[in-house]
Amino acid sequence: MPVSHVPPAVRRGVRDATPVAVGIVPFGLITGVASVKAGLSPAQAVGFSFLAFAGASQLAVVDLLGRNATLAVAVLTGVVINLRLLMFSASIAPYFRPFDSRRKTLSSYLLTDQAYALAVSWYREADPDSTARFRYFVAAGGWLWVVWQASLVAGVVAGANVPESWGLEFAVPLVFLGLLVPAVSTRPTLAAAVVGGGVAVAGDVVTVGGSPGLPYNLSLVVGAVAGVLAGVAVSAAGGGGDGDADDGSDGDPETPEEAGD
Amino acid sequence: MPTEYGPVAVWGVAVAVGLATFAVRGSFVYLFGRVESVPPRVTQALRFVPPAVFAALVVPSLVVVDGSADLSPVAVSLSRGFSVAVGNERLLAGIVAAGAAWVTEDVFATIAAGMATLWLLRFVV
Repeated sequence: MPVSHVPPAVRRGVRDATPVAVGIVPFGLITGVASVKAGLSPAQAVGFSFLAFAGASQLAVVDLLGRNATLAVAVLTGVVINLRLLMFSASIAPYFRPFDSRRKTLSSYLLTDQAYALAVSWYREADPDSTARFRYFVAAGGWLWVVWQASLVAGVVAGANVPESWGLEFAVPLVFLGLLVPAVSTRPTLAAAVVGGGVAVAGDVVTVGGSPGLPYNLSLVVGAVAGVLAGVAVSAAGGGGDGDADDGSDGDPETPEEAGD
Repeated sequence: MPTEYGPVAVWGVAVAVGLATFAVRGSFVYLFGRVESVPPRVTQALRFVPPAVFAALVVPSLVVVDGSADLSPVAVSLSRGFSVAVGNERLLAGIVAAGAAWVTEDVFATIAAGMATLWLLRFVV
């Protein structure tokens, strides 16, 4: 089919998504390598990627499986990382409202941070009809899906051949670091990161029943919960920057007691 | 450090994370009309999930060595004259990578800076 017969919304979606797609390649490669190093079979690595299609969450789950973390902690972590998609789902839902349920299903499956950001900015700028909205979303989101899966497969194939001495598993925390730093932009987000990281370390080094670390690899979960509570608390205390008009009207300073358990 | 979990456990995790993620993505797309939007306090708490979770994933992997915290990226010795050596190499590489992340806000540059530092410390220094 000549390019001119491709609907303009599809062409536009692919074009807009291409720079973003290039950016996710190293991330996909590392997730593929990490999957193999964690002991997943190629089918499991790719199957998981098709089921979840969620970069950071996939990488975290694979890393936790490789460290033989408790299954509940692995699942919980994977899901919690994806909870932010709730905001994107709510924000984009009005644009998807006229879609039939098949289109809603496909669009929901392809909903990522990047596809959301691209689509909403085009929708606001061009005000397309419902068919064009669907075409653009599937083109942009689908293109990101293809590039993600292809780079993951390349990583799975390469993973078996990367020598141990390269220490490539170190790339996993580096990916999270690369996501963490831009996420820390205000005092409340800084508090969330400092407390989250600090409590997780404390949970890993505290001695419980003779061996270091909280049982069931709970340090990660406890750190994450404490971090979120710290962010909420600092934000409620008027910690500047992140207060979205909520300035602690009914600040219920939930005690970070939960970390005790 | 391959996983000791068998195929059933691994596939179970994959299906659970996949289904839950799809439910999160589809939630408002399907419910719209009945639920107007995410309550502001939930939105606000969700905003702190990425920094909290990513920090809880990253910091221990840079700092915890064999079950205890090693907070010295460089080791300075004064006992037999003044000497400086590499302390915790992962922490040092992580600090360099964090600097790269701060300047570039780019995941690829972060990985490149961190891995280059690690290899430098491991194979050259």
